[in-house]
Amino acid sequence: MSNYVINHLKELESEAIFVIREIASQFENPVLLFSGGKDSILLTHLAKKAFFPAKIPFPLIHIDTGHNFPETIAFRDELVEKLGVKLIVGSVQEAIDNGRAKEETGADASRNSLQIVSLLDTLEAYKVDAAMGGARRDEEKARAKERFFSHRDEFGQWDPKNQRPELWNLFNGRKNYGEHFRVFPISNWTEMDVWEYIKLENIDLPSLYFSHQRDCVVRDGVILANSEFIKLKENEEVVNMTIRYRTCGDMPITGAVESEADTLDKIIEEIATTRTTERGGRADDKRAETAMEDRKKQGYF
Amino acid sequence: MDYQDIELLRFTTAGSVDDGKSTLIGRLLYDSKSIFQDQLDAVEASSKSKGFDYVDLSLLTDGLKSEREQGITIDVAYRYFATPKRKFIIADTPGHIQYTRNMVTGASTANLAIILIDARKGMLEQTHRHAFIASLLRIPHAIVCVNKMDLVEYSEDVYNGIVSDFKAFSSKLGISDIQFIPISALNGDNVVNRSENMDWYGGSTLMYHLETVHISSDHNLVDCRFPIQSVIRPHTLDNQDYRGFAGRIDGGVFKPGDKVRSLPSGFVSTIKTIELNGEQIAEAFAPMSVTMTLEDEIDNSRGDMIVRENNVPEVSQDLEVLVTWMSTKPIQARTKVVIKHTTNESIGMVKELKYKIDINTLHRIEGIDKVEMNDIARLSIRTAKPLFYDAYKKNRQTGSIIIIDEQTNETIGAGMII
Repeated sequence: MSNYVINHLKELESEAIFVIREIASQFENPVLLFSGGKDSILLTHLAKKAFFPAKIPFPLIHIDTGHNFPETIAFRDELVEKLGVKLIVGSVQEAIDNGRAKEETGADASRNSLQIVSLLDTLEAYKVDAAMGGARRDEEKARAKERFFSHRDEFGQWDPKNQRPELWNLFNGRKNYGEHFRVFPISNWTEMDVWEYIKLENIDLPSLYFSHQRDCVVRDGVILANSEFIKLKENEEVVNMTIRYRTCGDMPITGAVESEADTLDKIIEEIATTRTTERGGRADDKRAETAMEDRKKQGYF
Repeated sequence: MDYQDIELLRFTTAGSVDDGKSTLIGRLLYDSKSIFQDQLDAVEASSKSKGFDYVDLSLLTDGLKSEREQGITIDVAYRYFATPKRKFIIADTPGHIQYTRNMVTGASTANLAIILIDARKGMLEQTHRHAFIASLLRIPHAIVCVNKMDLVEYSEDVYNGIVSDFKAFSSKLGISDIQFIPISALNGDNVVNRSENMDWYGGSTLMYHLETVHISSDHNLVDCRFPIQSVIRPHTLDNQDYRGFAGRIDGGVFKPGDKVRSLPSGFVSTIKTIELNGEQIAEAFAPMSVTMTLEDEIDNSRGDMIVRENNVPEVSQDLEVLVTWMSTKPIQARTKVVIKHTTNESIGMVKELKYKIDINTLHRIEGIDKVEMNDIARLSIRTAKPLFYDAYKKNRQTGSIIIIDEQTNETIGAGMII
């Protein structure tokens, strides 16, 4: 420490903690959007560090599509218990049942876009004025341009062409009635940074991220877990494979990778040599060239 | 593991469509193996469908629909890559005059600026602009890349001519560290690998400079500044009296036992602990986020600042600032605004518009009645309560403000305190 430099992981940690503390100070009803994926687990870990020895001063919101991996839900409940933090669950099934959302049909049907309805309903019900998420700019090209403090109009929409400029570490969270913010404290982290930090801090993750045996279906080159939520097409067969997940979305749309990596070290080694992006296995991003931007404009995470 | 102990370097690039900026970034990402196969496949497919006979690497960075349609960068795009020596964040910004505000945004957090010059064209108006913005925002390091050397037959004379032109101009600017490198982004000369076509160039490659430039003194390590973000009070049985001040250090080096002064109260106390997540920190400096406790019970709150007992910043309601105007709505004198400075916020009044700077010639334009989008101008601002600030040249964090529209709440100006 004699030359007063901190390494890149500590600098990213410091930046994220600064942003999380700004959210808690600048907003009245902030929440943390918890998906059960590694990025939101990391975000929760950083929030804990930011306010220690006090508890995290805002609730976690989980939008439950009903198509989650059971491992994700179990992990979520354990973490919430350990941190003593409040959990709010927004249910997509409920939105479908009461007619707020319409289920997609066909073999490739997914509840991914239906989450938008439940998310916006839940944010409104709890009068949330800032929802922080674990999205990163390196994930996807539309996200590469999103601000840390990302403004949403009264309809929850994002206007990418009219974003507030963000300079130095001065974050402008001022808003008019009915508007809210999405805030992304780990914007500047890459997939590699996330894994290295998880290792450095010894953060617990759901078992899905590590190599395991699972019954799978290979569809359009994407390895999907066989589950009650997936309808087999003709010529498709169930195969037992050794896989792990790089991201955790819904069971029917999250692609796995064939992998023997069962420790953090092996995962880091695998990522260092991999030639496809993390979201390469996400069927939801492949619907159009600007699929993410289109969903984000409507109010997606 | 070595990889975890690398530093983070943030740099900015500014350029227009045809000066090879996207090619250069593409080259850095590609040669450091930071472009993934599926990204490259997508860009290839997209280039083909647009009828290009080459792979347009700008499609990697221009992510928004309207940018892809128009083939231009409108916003700041952030790109990431790492080598075994460093991790890099590129703030990639458009270079045209109408995007001055985006360039300023990208420059505000950068340690280093890459300024691209087309070897065939030499210094252009936009080169002046990019260099001026780098100096205005006090980016500590600049690398001038004379690009497209392959199109001037790798001529040493052409290169030397451009270097001396640039030096003549930049002597007025006060950028402390400038390096010059002749490159061809297209062919990769002197980008990651040394060029075999320019034996006359004895310096190092662009990547080598990026990996080795000394950045540990980029932060102010002398003047201790700790703006308080929030007060941590656990209200639990085992921490009944705990009162921690949460914040990010903006300058100097703080240690437990140091005598400190709180602003605006002026009360003096001693640092009891500096910690994060319960772990004790022996020395804290910028840009670390920490929680500080003091020996005495002092009623500090958000917006207050902890400094060294005998090294205090300016405390004043009057600011002289150079601003970049960010809004389509011009500003006139006597306008009420909101000022955000460190973790502090105050109502303010723009008292006087002093002059504008022509960013191509650096000439002052006096007698102005409004400041418009992308203008750089000097203003006098009066705030409703005192702010604790340093000159921007002394500290980029405690010397900067943003100006917010009281009605729309949008960020309309960015200011550097003189």
